[in-house]
Formats: sequence, C-alpha cells, structure tokens
Amino acid sequence: MKILVLSASTIGKTTQTAMEAVFSTLKNQYGDEHQIKYINLQEKEMIFSDGRNYLDYPGDTGEVVQAIMASDVLVLGTPIFQASIPASLKNIFDLLPQNALQFKTVSMVATAGSEKHFLIPEIQLKPILSYMKANIVPNYVFLLDTEIIGNEITSDDVYFRIDTLIEDTMVLAETYQEIWRKQEENYGF
Amino acid sequence: MEQTPILPTFNTKNGIEFGIYTLGDHLPNPQTGELIPASQRIEEIIELAKFAEELEFDIFQVGESHQKHFVSQAHLIILAAIARETRNIKLSSAVTTISVLDPVRVFEDAATIDLLSNGRMEIIAGRASRIGSFELYGYDHRDYEELFEEKLELLLTINQNEVVNWSGKFRPALNDAEILPRPENKERGIPIWRGVGNSPASAVKAGKWGIPLFQAHLAGAAQTYQHRIRHYKEAGYEAGFTDEELPVGTGGILHLAETTEEAFRTAYPHFNAGFQLTNGQDFPKRGFAQGKSPKSVTLIGSPELVTEKMIYQYELYKQQRFTVEVDFGGLPLEEVKRSLTLFAEEVMPKVIQHIQADKGLH
Repeated sequence: MKILVLSASTIGKTTQTAMEAVFSTLKNQYGDEHQIKYINLQEKEMIFSDGRNYLDYPGDTGEVVQAIMASDVLVLGTPIFQASIPASLKNIFDLLPQNALQFKTVSMVATAGSEKHFLIPEIQLKPILSYMKANIVPNYVFLLDTEIIGNEITSDDVYFRIDTLIEDTMVLAETYQEIWRKQEENYGF
Repeated sequence: MEQTPILPTFNTKNGIEFGIYTLGDHLPNPQTGELIPASQRIEEIIELAKFAEELEFDIFQVGESHQKHFVSQAHLIILAAIARETRNIKLSSAVTTISVLDPVRVFEDAATIDLLSNGRMEIIAGRASRIGSFELYGYDHRDYEELFEEKLELLLTINQNEVVNWSGKFRPALNDAEILPRPENKERGIPIWRGVGNSPASAVKAGKWGIPLFQAHLAGAAQTYQHRIRHYKEAGYEAGFTDEELPVGTGGILHLAETTEEAFRTAYPHFNAGFQLTNGQDFPKRGFAQGKSPKSVTLIGSPELVTEKMIYQYELYKQQRFTVEVDFGGLPLEEVKRSLTLFAEEVMPKVIQHIQADKGLH
C-alpha cells in the first residue's frame, strides 16, 4: 500500500514533530512492505483551490494533491486554529475532487493548545472526510502543546498513543483492502 | 438576436434518431498496452462514421479536446474528412469548446462543412472542462462562465444574421461584418445546440433562448438527469416556445455483448484505465456494476437489457435523439463494430417500435 503522512500546519513545530514521529514509527514497522511518504505543508508553496481538475495544478500544489490521490492510507496531522481545522487543511480538501477519499483509509492526529478542542476533529474534520467518502479510523490522537515542547515529545504516553493509532490504521486499511477486493470479485468483471 | 433559432430536422419515419459520438480520445488498449498511432486513430474514427452510416444511424458526432490523450484538437477538420466519405448521415460536433474559440472561425468552418456535405452539418457548443485549453488560447479560466455565454451568443448571432454588428469583451467588435460562406438552406444557417453538463442554470438558459439542448449522461440513475430537461422545457415554455421548438438530445456510453456479464467484462478495463488517464480517477467498480440495473443511465449490457434501458430513458426524457459513445479507452475497432452491429440489429428496431407506438406512427 501507499501510505502518506501529511502534516497540515503552516506554522510552529507541534504538529510537525508529532507527524515526524508518526512517519518514523510507520517506516520502522511497515517500511519494508509498504511505500511510506511524508509531506510537511510548511515546505510547500500551495495555491488556493479554484475548482480545476486536480491534475491541472502546477508546482507544489500539483505534487501534494497527486500524492494524496495516489495513496491508499492517509494520516492527517492538524493543528486546531480558532476552534477549527486550519485553512491550509481545508484548502487541501477543496483542491481534491468530490469523492477523492473513496477507498482510502484516513486517520487523524490533532494538536491543540487547549483541552477544550478535543471534539474538533470529531465534529469538524470527520464530516468532511465522510463527505469525501473516506474510510475513517474512528479514534484519533489528540495532543496538547504541553506534551510536545519544541521539537521534542516530552510525554512518553504520546508514543503509545501514536503506536495505537498506527496499529488501528493499518489493521483497518488492510482489512478493508481485503473486503473491497472480495466485493469487486463478486461483480464478476 | 433578430431571428428565431435554427432548429434541426429529425427522422420522422422512426420517431426517434440514433447517433454515435466520439470524443476522439487516443488511449492505449489496457488489455494489450498497445497505443495505435494518431493517424490510425483518426482513420478509425472516419471508418466508424462510415460504419454508422451503413447501420443507418442518423448522425455522427466528433468532440473537441486539447488535452493529452486525444486526437480531436481539430475536430472540425476530422468532420470535414467524414463529410467527403459519407453521403447521408448527418454530422455534428459534440462538443465544440466555443469558450476558447473565435465564433467567426467556428461558423466559417462549420458552414464550409455544411457545403461540403450537402447540408448535413450541426454544432453542439460546449465549455471546455479543463484549464489547458484556456491557457493554450490565451484566456483566463476564471472567465469560464462569461466566456461561454459571450461566445455562444455571438455564434448564434452570426448563425441567424448574415450581416453582424456586435461588440463584446473577449473579441474585437464586428461592424457590418458579412460572415461567409452561408449554408444553402432556407435559413442560411446551421442547427446549433447547447451542450449541458451538470448545471440546471445552463439548461434554463438553453430554454430561454429556445435552442436545442444536448445533455451528456455518464453514470448513475437515469431519473436524476430528468430534472435538467424539465428545467429546460419550463424555461422554454415561459419564453413562448412550443414543445416541438425545444428538442432534446442525450448522449451516453454504450457497449453491447451477447450477455450482460460479457459486456461488463469487456468494457470495464477500458473505462477504468481511460478515466484514470484523462481525469485522474478510477471508475469505481461498484458504480460501474450498478449499470446492470435497468434504471441506470449507462447503456452497457445484453441487447435485452439495453433495449429495456433505452425505453425507460425515452419515457423519462422524451428526447428526439439518442447519441451514444462507443469507442472510449482504446477499445479495438472490431469490438466496437461488433457491439454496434448487435445494437443496430437487436436494439434499434425494438426501441423504434416502442416509440412509434407511443407517437402513433406506423
């Protein structure tokens, strides 16, 4: 499978540090069997969506959307800004076609400055993923900025939560790949 | 616009017309990996038009695309070649991407094809769906909507008036311009249809202007496409046009084999690989499999299933013309001909019979 780890924050280190931990854990555990790629939006020059076919976006924008479309598994890392997902992540969704996440397993890591934001992925991110037909991993990792200081994860528990997320993601993705394969076999063509 | 729109004439004997359209895609055959040369693909399009005439289809249409994986950039030139190799079958674009073209040039070319073909030419005007052609011709794709409306209006004006005084935003003004040559029919113009995709507002505009509506159907429930036709008719009635003055043509994908299973097995790899290359997305197998329902708009299956589907669709749309795309995704010409032969022998007569009975014709 093609696995893409996407850090969707345009500022700060918290989300980026968490997603680098996700990426290295995935690489260590699944790197031999699967293609694993990491994209940090801070390093990309993205343009706003204007409704064109995703293949027609140039430069970094084209590279990012094509990597998403090519993936079987997507691990999204998002900060919480103003009690919502950041515009940079919403733009990613807007750049993609309507059913872009169909037959893709998607899991989430959210980083926030306050516990008040715990339900933001549940009530704001999941509905978008559902609309785009993603196979969503129900539980997500929620991290406070007190658990990551600068480039360093200071809470050991964070590693355990990331391990659990990756395990859930991979089990769900592999199982669904098998389910979809069987479904397709039944169509007889 | 000073005169009323120029309407197509239809086959009154059958009560319905059948047509074939090709988008001029140039894709490898996913079963063999083979990509035929562009010259051969164009030759095969001409061959398909001749075959359509043999099978007594009423019209053959060629689309325009400036994307990679197509050979139909100069679709009117291909239609001109077809004009000289056929005698009776009507000819049309499907669609001409008028948004990025000069309506004067389009009219000159189409009118010339009309003269070359003894008056058989029609145009379906549509938008370009991808931004490549806007860049190619020096337009900004953000003017998508405005470009289409202005260019289509100018094309209709030229078609309906031999001397044109016009000014707009995207083309230099025309002052007492005599646009030639003129088709040699009573109206001295050609039937021009409005190609409509997913926009009900676009269907409403076609109705207001009283120009024929061509609607392409890809997949999904046939019923969902009915509402745009209703919008078109309602807008047309409100503007004072009668039902006969508001003709409807539909386009959809067709592939037949002896059994429905075989038809799906042979068609799917071509649609899936073709969609991946031209749109960047798979054609999901589940959605394709739903095409086995008689209520699906996709005309794939055994002759019995496709007959049932076409009659169901006629009852929904009451269209004047059924046009079908048969050669997408590198399907070998021999297989296309097999599918069309089955269609002409086993589906067309039954659909005609049903429609004749519906209209009280014999």
